[in-house]
Amino acid sequence: MSDFNREARLLTTPFHSRVAAMCDLNDWGNWMGYTTPNAYFDVELEYFSVRSTTGVFDLSPMNKYRVTGPDAERYLNRLITRDVTKIGVNRVGYAIWCDDNGQVIDDGTIFRLGEEDYRICSYQRADDWLAWNTLGFDVSIENESDAVAGLAVQGPTSCTVLTLLGCTDLNQLKPFGIAHYTFEGRPLMVSRTGFTGDLGYEVWVPPESAEALWDQLFELGRDYLIKPIGSHALELARIEAGFLQAKVDFMPAEEIVRVGRSRSPFELGLSWLVDFSKPLFNGRAALLKEQANGSRYRFAMLDVEGNKPAEHSFILKGDKQVGTVTSAAWCPTAKANIAYAQIEMPHGAVGDELVAEIYYQRELHWTRLLAPCKVIDAPIFKSPKRWQTPAPPH
Amino acid sequence: MNQYDAIVIGAGHNGLTNGAYLAKAGLKVAVLERNPYIGGATVSRELHKGWYYSNCSYVSSLLRPEITRDLELPRHGLQVVPFGGGATFMRNGDYFGNYSDHDRHYREIARHSKRDANAYDRYSADTSLQTKLIRPYLLRTPPDPTSLKPRDLRDLLEFARSFMALGEEKLLDTIKFWTASVGDYLNEYFETDVIKAHMAGSGIIGTALGVYSPGTAYVLLHHYMGDVDGNVGAWGFARGGMGAIANSLSKALQSFGGEIICDANVDEIMVRGGRVTGVALKDGTEYRAPIVVSNLDPKRTFLDITNPSDLPKDVLKKARNFKIRGSSGKLNIALDGLPVFNGLDPRSRLMAGDLHFSDSLERQERAYDDWKAGTWSKDPYLDMMIPSLTDPTMAPPGKHMMSVFVQYAPPKIEGREWTDEDKDGFEKSVIDQISNYSPNFRDLILHCETRTPREIEAEVGLTEGNIFMGELTFDQLLFNRPFPGYAQYRGPIKGMYLCSSGTHPGGGVMAAPGANAAREILADLKRPNTVPGGYADD
Repeated sequence: MSDFNREARLLTTPFHSRVAAMCDLNDWGNWMGYTTPNAYFDVELEYFSVRSTTGVFDLSPMNKYRVTGPDAERYLNRLITRDVTKIGVNRVGYAIWCDDNGQVIDDGTIFRLGEEDYRICSYQRADDWLAWNTLGFDVSIENESDAVAGLAVQGPTSCTVLTLLGCTDLNQLKPFGIAHYTFEGRPLMVSRTGFTGDLGYEVWVPPESAEALWDQLFELGRDYLIKPIGSHALELARIEAGFLQAKVDFMPAEEIVRVGRSRSPFELGLSWLVDFSKPLFNGRAALLKEQANGSRYRFAMLDVEGNKPAEHSFILKGDKQVGTVTSAAWCPTAKANIAYAQIEMPHGAVGDELVAEIYYQRELHWTRLLAPCKVIDAPIFKSPKRWQTPAPPH
Repeated sequence: MNQYDAIVIGAGHNGLTNGAYLAKAGLKVAVLERNPYIGGATVSRELHKGWYYSNCSYVSSLLRPEITRDLELPRHGLQVVPFGGGATFMRNGDYFGNYSDHDRHYREIARHSKRDANAYDRYSADTSLQTKLIRPYLLRTPPDPTSLKPRDLRDLLEFARSFMALGEEKLLDTIKFWTASVGDYLNEYFETDVIKAHMAGSGIIGTALGVYSPGTAYVLLHHYMGDVDGNVGAWGFARGGMGAIANSLSKALQSFGGEIICDANVDEIMVRGGRVTGVALKDGTEYRAPIVVSNLDPKRTFLDITNPSDLPKDVLKKARNFKIRGSSGKLNIALDGLPVFNGLDPRSRLMAGDLHFSDSLERQERAYDDWKAGTWSKDPYLDMMIPSLTDPTMAPPGKHMMSVFVQYAPPKIEGREWTDEDKDGFEKSVIDQISNYSPNFRDLILHCETRTPREIEAEVGLTEGNIFMGELTFDQLLFNRPFPGYAQYRGPIKGMYLCSSGTHPGGGVMAAPGANAAREILADLKRPNTVPGGYADD
């Protein structure tokens, strides 16, 4: 017997005991250094819980930063590309932040918890970047990633289930709104946000509440067909709903080694998040220049013929390679074959007809397929429930 | 005013699909429906307040994904949600469960027989080979083997090539498969009664044949060749019930300018000078069109709503001889809670799938014996689902909707019509069987709709209550469906077409017959085709 000092490589989230108990497939992944399930019991069925009932995703490994102080608003307005002053108290805004070259570092959500009190929720760690940006601002930044546990509770019956949990009048909460409740004597915050494109909420609690929250959710949600979902199912839902994923659809600018591999907001189809009418923000000059001179790439959503997902495909215009696919999936609700691609300008405008060079393997045999595809102007999955207030019961 | 380019008789899923593709091509289309509601056998109705019954077809897999995508049915409200699980409960208190995860499924079969668990992979490969042969032909018109037209010759050659490419051994296996009984087929792989019985169910559903009748192996294939999102063999529910399929098709049809006219009971297809001119309703209303498409089964089409003097004798004879035997009934039950079954944790995911109680081929064959004797099965084969475990819109929270497909039920009882007493006896045989395995089931029943072939024929219009609009045996498949010489969707009268499940590729909410027929009609009109081709299936 060896007697070495064994140290777990991966951390676990505050929900881990409950997650592990439900993870029939024992199919684990590493998300930001945390042990998280790729799938619990069946990726398809997990995905469909988000589309038909309620799916619960443990998003505790997301990075959370509290930004407070008299200059909090000014600070954030300098940091991100959209106008923070337009995000009211108890509202959430989707945002991106760029480096000085106008290249996207990450995307995330900005929660305005008070006049001078914000929380940034980001996929990437941002301690260093946030700290450097405080120069000259009366603001304090606190990494509260470990202090806030979170569950995404998404799907048509999610509002009903959370209402049973004690979230009174939750159906009145508008998209991107925040509501505060108490759960077993501790604060519980609900935001009508998510990564699935359907009716859904994110629930935020102190880690001490995590296990009880999970238990009660699944107890109360049983009649509403609540299910846990892993990262594979969420990936399907987010591609169908049109959400970008850092490190998949773009590389965080600060991690780039090779010149030219980063992307600007314009090149990711996120120009709607760039507001030149507000005061100075990181990357403003570079983005103005790009706006005047044109971008190198265009983000395109492709509707691909046939049913073979165009994963990692080259995109061709005639014989010429003009782009690559970053995300692709057969979308089970929209029943369409969707791919996100980075296309060299001037190609990839809405309506442009391109070809995806798809390789797929069956019984060790590889086949090359040239599938025509068309650039579409909006995500293929559009749920009216996402925007309805009051939220529908199912 | 009542003048159209094309009239489709029957607003079931194939009639709506056919109408949608004709309207998409720019034709002025009316789909006539005799009931006050659309859907035919693809329907969901609130027959008990708060409960929605898909009271005919109850699951979806065969609906062609090419059509769903092309007609943008998701945008028109269709959402097909797959279910997992399924089990056959055994008389000894045990059960056999069906798991989607391969390794978990292996363990479950191995719990009954390690050899069977290993043989399952060989069975899967052999059955998949057969699905691969047939799937490319679903969205195509079957070639006519007697024709010398270039298209028929080309398609026949391709058909032959795909068979010859199998090599001698697999070709012989294939010929055997297409004519074998499902019982014999399964006996070549498995030794355990319950495993064979669980799988054999797919070979008899909707068919007036027993597990040992030749031809039932193909029926098994018919239930395996569909897919949900590319998972061949998977099945799902339409969210909100099967009626959601008809409703989304109707919206697609209307988006192209097509009309649906309910309460329009067609009396006769009008013919003048060897051409159809429209239809006359029982109330005397006439709708005129140079094209009339019948979505009724071949018997009703040729023996009920067409004047015999307009038809060649051979068609009348073939229609008379067309096999469309009623074999099944249905119970739709509103439940006050979830029934508990012996030996299975009610929280098990297996509960969300198809549940059965026939644990041996012997019992299934005996159930068929009763049908042959002219009565319902005393120990029936049930294909039972609880869709409210997957779809929260079918019943109030915590309550459940149960769909019980029942086999066998003959079209007539010992040669006479069904009576209400017979119906009660039929219902009792089903409820008794379920109660034998579920102690709390009987107390949970709030409402039960029972449909024998009599009700299905009267309300839906399926002759003898046959769910496939004609037996799915080789003599009635491909270029033999509905009968030789008329398998390319054209009727014997100019302007008359067929688009029902009585045509290739048959029943099961595929929408392929409706789409295939539309393609032929548009070709005859020399209009651009609006019907999509099938996805390559490799």
